[in-house]
Amino acid sequence: MSTPVFVGLDIGSSRTKVAVIDADRKVLGHAVRKSGTDFSATAAACLDESMEMAGSRRDGIASAISTGYGRANVAFVTTQSKTEIGCLSRWGRERFHEAITIIDIGGQDNKVIKLDQDGRRASFKMNRKCAAGTGAFLEEMSLRLDIPLEAMDALARQSLEMVKLGSYCTVFSATEVLENIRHGKKVTDIVKGLFYSVVKRVLEMDSPAGRVVMTGGVVAHNPYIVEMAGEMVGQPVVLPEFPQLAGAIGAALYALDETDPIGIRNNIPAGETDG
Amino acid sequence: MAEEKKTTRKKILAADHMNKIMADYFYGLNEAATTGKRKVAWCTSVGPAELLQALGFAVHFPENHAAMLGATRMSTDLIPTANAIGYSPDICSYLTADIGAYLKGITPLAKAYPGIESVPKPDVLVYNTNQCRDVQDWMAWYSKKLGVPSIGVTSPKNVNDVTDAHIDDVARQIEALIPTLEGIAGVKLDMERLREAVSLSRECTELWKQVLETAVASPAPITFFDGTIHMGPAVVLRGTRVAIDYYKVLLAELEQRIRDGVGAVDGETSRIYWEGMPMWGRLRQHSELFANLKSTVLASTYCSSWIFPSFDGNDPIRSMAKAYLELFIVRSDRYKEKYIKEMLEKFRIDGIIYHDAKTCPYNSNSRYGLPGRVEAETGIPSLVISGDLNDLRCVSDEQTKTNVEAFIEQIAEGR
Repeated sequence: MSTPVFVGLDIGSSRTKVAVIDADRKVLGHAVRKSGTDFSATAAACLDESMEMAGSRRDGIASAISTGYGRANVAFVTTQSKTEIGCLSRWGRERFHEAITIIDIGGQDNKVIKLDQDGRRASFKMNRKCAAGTGAFLEEMSLRLDIPLEAMDALARQSLEMVKLGSYCTVFSATEVLENIRHGKKVTDIVKGLFYSVVKRVLEMDSPAGRVVMTGGVVAHNPYIVEMAGEMVGQPVVLPEFPQLAGAIGAALYALDETDPIGIRNNIPAGETDG
Repeated sequence: MAEEKKTTRKKILAADHMNKIMADYFYGLNEAATTGKRKVAWCTSVGPAELLQALGFAVHFPENHAAMLGATRMSTDLIPTANAIGYSPDICSYLTADIGAYLKGITPLAKAYPGIESVPKPDVLVYNTNQCRDVQDWMAWYSKKLGVPSIGVTSPKNVNDVTDAHIDDVARQIEALIPTLEGIAGVKLDMERLREAVSLSRECTELWKQVLETAVASPAPITFFDGTIHMGPAVVLRGTRVAIDYYKVLLAELEQRIRDGVGAVDGETSRIYWEGMPMWGRLRQHSELFANLKSTVLASTYCSSWIFPSFDGNDPIRSMAKAYLELFIVRSDRYKEKYIKEMLEKFRIDGIIYHDAKTCPYNSNSRYGLPGRVEAETGIPSLVISGDLNDLRCVSDEQTKTNVEAFIEQIAEGR
């Protein structure tokens, strides 16, 4: 049997993320793939990839916890699950020893989670049943603008005159985008306007308290959104290492807690960079 | 949350008794409408039902029917029919479901009670806007469609303290209904019968209050989900002896549960207050969701809204006016905050869930900052979930589940 490792599987609506940590809470392996239509198969592929990166095998898994929409679809490795909100809180509690607000922008959900100075979850909010401000919104807009998602960050940074989009409805925003295209606005300015819209939507969900940290796939691929958020909240917003893996790492930490009930806090390198 | 063996709330044995009296009620209504032996009045849920009973009407409650449409998950297919004739998907989904059902010639009564083919045809429609403006619009549609009069009471809203001026106003409006109703009923109002109906309503309401307050016990013997079903007699049979007899049976069963230490949910670890309407088409799922989390939703504004302590047989009309005005939905946020805080304390609540119902602004008390204010004062965490009473197009099951699971996690971790 190889060295015991602890696994977190975050099966999201858009991407599946797996993180493997050791008993010292160090991230040894990780993987991200499109969730697709077979959550189990995607999770298995992610697990194998991250275990290989960690230099471990499945028989080395001491404990595993799943989270995300597909959390019940990974019985081949675990039947234990936690909510994404719980996992993000667990991750935040480990990494920051102060009051923080975690803003997570996922494929389908936005979450604003507040932790107090002792790492206790004080409150959380999820977006209403609406794609405004989520990854799905940007995906829809990338189709409308006929630009790849991964090109958006660089395009937004080139903007000199941001286009303001007023609606919080994805469909209405798409109409606004078309109207701006018709009026000859530059794609760079429209994309920055879209980013601005995303930040506005998440900031209106709750008022941030303490340090603000952003996580999720959208900010992992579009760090300019974090910079814009910093300007809007009036303080630098933290973009941590592995922002897309925060939930999976939180799940892995829960898995470790299960075998280490005392929950000794070993400070792992923070690794965050001010955005 | 750990995937564990599914648990469900325990069945209340008195339910069979309730089903029988509800069946008797619906067959009685049907007989009145089909034979013409009694006149039929439709009455909004906290309209002047006692007056109608005293005049001998058989009383049908459209909101009860609409809730049945929701609970049987028929409503979402019927609402678009009303939308198509100009009734917006953003207005009351009781109204749109009920009108949609009428237009399609469908009723859950037909399936539940063989021999009943339709809702009872009314001779008069009576509303009280203490619930909302929508009930008046709802009755107005039927009035035009069926050619029957729609009359009612227009209540004040956002009332801090119910004053004599408010009561005078509504009492006069109730009195003004009497000549029209006497004309339709073909009898003069017998004040003794009205006193009796009001007294019976008071007795019913006191028993219903005792039923709900059994949930003060830990573990709670009854859940909100039970309450939404067992409030049926308090809604449609208040003012009658039948409802009183039923609640005595139900109360005895719940008191026995308390003596035996039996909770509605096994291993109750958290106690939740529900603010807002039920999601009728999701009662079972929500009941199981909470039971699996060993959490009991044990008290609510909704079920408690059928407690009317002011009914007084000695002063029937003024006391009806007062009771209808003291209703939670009529009151200001200042009053609502005080009420909710008292409920949280009385039932020793760990967390409060606000249901923001898309089509029911009047029963969605999360929209003007109230949850934040209550949480700041009590320290009791709150959660707002989006949904609807009857329109399942507005419900996201996965979001509800994630929110509720995360909320119960938060409560557990906060201990």
